[in-house]
Amino acid sequence: MSITRRSFIKTMALNSAAAAAATLFPGISFGAWKSLDQASGGMQWKKTPCRFCGTGCGLLVGVSGERAVAVKGDPNCTVNKGLCCVKGYHSVQILYGEDRITKALVRKNGQLVETPLKEALDLVATKMQETIKSHGKDSVAMYGSGQWSITDGYVSSKLFKGCIGTNNLEANARLCMASAVTGFLTSFGLDEPMGCYDDIDHADVFITWGNNMAEMHPVLFSRMLANRKTKGHVKIIDFATRTTRTSQAADKSILFRPQTDLAVANAICYELFRNEWINWDFVNKHVSFHKGKTNIGYGTEDHFKFADKAETVDLEAYKAFLEDYTPEKVEKVSGVSAEDIRYLASLYGDPDKKVTSYWCMGMNQHTRGTWINNLVYNCHLLVGKISQPGNGPFSLTGQPSACGTVREVGTLTHKLPHGVVMNEEARKMAAEIWDVPVENIDPKPTYHTVEMFRALDRGDIRFMWIQVTNPMVTMPNLNRYRNGAEKEGRFVVVSEIYPTPTYDVADVVLPSALWIEREGFFGNSERRTQHNEQIVPMPGDCMSNTWQIIEVARRMGYEKQFSWSEDTYIEDIWNEYIRFHDSPKHRMAPYNDLKAQSGLQWPYVDGMETKWRYNPKYDPAAASGDDFDFYGKPDKRAWIWLRPYEPAAESPDSEYPFWLNTGRILEHWHTGSMTRRVPILHRAVPESYVEINPDDAARMGITNGMKVKVSSRRGSVMMKASINGRGKPPVGMVFVPFFDESYLINEVTLDAFCPISKQPDYKKCAVKLERV
Amino acid sequence: MPVFSYLAYPKRGAKEQLLKDLASLDYCEATPADNEEILILVTDTPDEDQEKALQKKLKELNSLESLGMTFGHVDQ
Repeated sequence: MSITRRSFIKTMALNSAAAAAATLFPGISFGAWKSLDQASGGMQWKKTPCRFCGTGCGLLVGVSGERAVAVKGDPNCTVNKGLCCVKGYHSVQILYGEDRITKALVRKNGQLVETPLKEALDLVATKMQETIKSHGKDSVAMYGSGQWSITDGYVSSKLFKGCIGTNNLEANARLCMASAVTGFLTSFGLDEPMGCYDDIDHADVFITWGNNMAEMHPVLFSRMLANRKTKGHVKIIDFATRTTRTSQAADKSILFRPQTDLAVANAICYELFRNEWINWDFVNKHVSFHKGKTNIGYGTEDHFKFADKAETVDLEAYKAFLEDYTPEKVEKVSGVSAEDIRYLASLYGDPDKKVTSYWCMGMNQHTRGTWINNLVYNCHLLVGKISQPGNGPFSLTGQPSACGTVREVGTLTHKLPHGVVMNEEARKMAAEIWDVPVENIDPKPTYHTVEMFRALDRGDIRFMWIQVTNPMVTMPNLNRYRNGAEKEGRFVVVSEIYPTPTYDVADVVLPSALWIEREGFFGNSERRTQHNEQIVPMPGDCMSNTWQIIEVARRMGYEKQFSWSEDTYIEDIWNEYIRFHDSPKHRMAPYNDLKAQSGLQWPYVDGMETKWRYNPKYDPAAASGDDFDFYGKPDKRAWIWLRPYEPAAESPDSEYPFWLNTGRILEHWHTGSMTRRVPILHRAVPESYVEINPDDAARMGITNGMKVKVSSRRGSVMMKASINGRGKPPVGMVFVPFFDESYLINEVTLDAFCPISKQPDYKKCAVKLERV
Repeated sequence: MPVFSYLAYPKRGAKEQLLKDLASLDYCEATPADNEEILILVTDTPDEDQEKALQKKLKELNSLESLGMTFGHVDQ
């Protein structure tokens, strides 16, 4: 049945009311909605995961004819239980922006010119082959995304690592989740959280570590608020560097100076010992102690190398290490009162309270990101509050498939779908499944993301294919990397849906199918794989990113490895991919199960999901007969790390006296290339701004809305001041959201990174403010 | 041809009555929440005169505490 304009408007009216209701009443449901839908013109509802953040909300998309016209939360999806956030409710509108790219474009005489898709794909393949011939296999690269569907990432890995034989494959999840990965690997030996979102229903205390969940993961935050409202005794503690909507909704807001979360975490552990709150039964059976290198640098120079070395120590060495972190000493460094540190420790230490810690970019975009992940695990391990309902540390993901595509498929330079390129057995497994000679797979990683763009600038990389991401907005120290991409002799292919600053540097633009225009899979923060069918047709010449890669691979002579039929390739690729994970530690759900359900959590064993890993009650891979089995590490124990406080790469000084913190906001998704084309979201926050503390603003004579210049040693941007807006930084800090390509704040940020994870720190550099 | 949506708050204990009252009015479609004392109201009147008349009738409902507008559209 086709839908009239009038019934479409009524549906939008209904959606707006439902969105407002969900904001005011977390958990609200409207069971009678269906009958109203019918009154509004009739449509079919089809399930899909949301296209935006890493929460992985299940959506039902209302389709009329060939057009997606409405969205509501999927009540059958345990992630969101029918809830949606404002981006989710308006998500189908991202499909229909006026300037949608529907044809291939090739740069000719400086202009992007519409070109037949076949011709553009021929050019991509030819250019890649020529570059390899002239400059070697490591002169071509692919840069993908945590917004890639799983099959996109899988075929890119197969093409680049298996067929071409280069490890020049990275994804933007390096910018958002790499520290979480190295944190998990160093503490537990296996990536991804042990718990799940059900923890929200069981916990008594939530501690958000530098994590504005109210805006970044609003549906999960709504579930937390609902839990608090229902139970009464539940507490939310916001531990952050600036006051946000999360702080405002929390029971207690504790502010710390940037980078000093390292010191505070250690001080919490010091207090756990001092008050004899240690769970000795757990610690003696399940924990071992280790230290690594210190003074490890910041990676701001090209070719920076670092490899950590673990050294086993004993409990006494750990206790001696913590002596430097008494609450009184840490108060001086962090600005957090000794009383508040003791309060935080008392929450972790209380045996009658179930505690869940949440974090996301605040801890991951950190020059000691791996360390702070380790230290929060320490807080949980010392008291044994882990791998049980309501008790656990939980690293939230920023993108819909950072886990599914980047971490699980392994679209990073050192990774394979199972294991790492350095491991011979992992290379053999990949070679067998991919049907390529094992010698094809290079055992040496090449470039992590920052170094990959440095290599493009230097000319070590000559060809780069960018899919589903916008690095010409998101790279830190952006001026260098944009100049590099524009240099003579570079060839940049961009698979995109709308024009962006990355499209502006492209030599070829390939029109991509978006989200529900193609079949695919995402993997969310809680190890949940989610399938979507193709719900609406692709516009114009648009093609799925997976099929673009297959087309190019075939043109390069890899027909045997990419022989799938266009009718069934997504299912066939899934069936090939899951061979890499065929063990009780990581078994993925079969295609038909995923098709039928609103997501399933791995390890998926004998038709059962695993909600809490390392606990034999829930995890079939954990050895029975004991209460926990941390099977990821050779010693079968979780590792407590001695990680010290070390300062940020760049701190305010007399010339640049402010900290710059950057991040996201509720209404816009990352660089805004989609949400800024949704009228209601664009109107809600039409442009970026710089949040300034009211005292700083008063001292400098800056008023709300006044234009100010934010400058660092690398660049500057002029934008409007926001004083007492939705967020309030402390004195001496400013905050800028990065969603607006008209204000490229990453021309100001610093490309320092965690030496272990190689993830840049977007939260800390030194800037000055000037009235314009 | 105005289209509006509202969150409709009933007077205490009057949610069912408000649903009935709204159902009896032309150009109104009401959807009750299952687990909160609130309804969604979508109105779709043919012209501005009918819209004004409907607004008047809504204000006269004894079961209605207040309306919070969430969406508005008027054809030019």
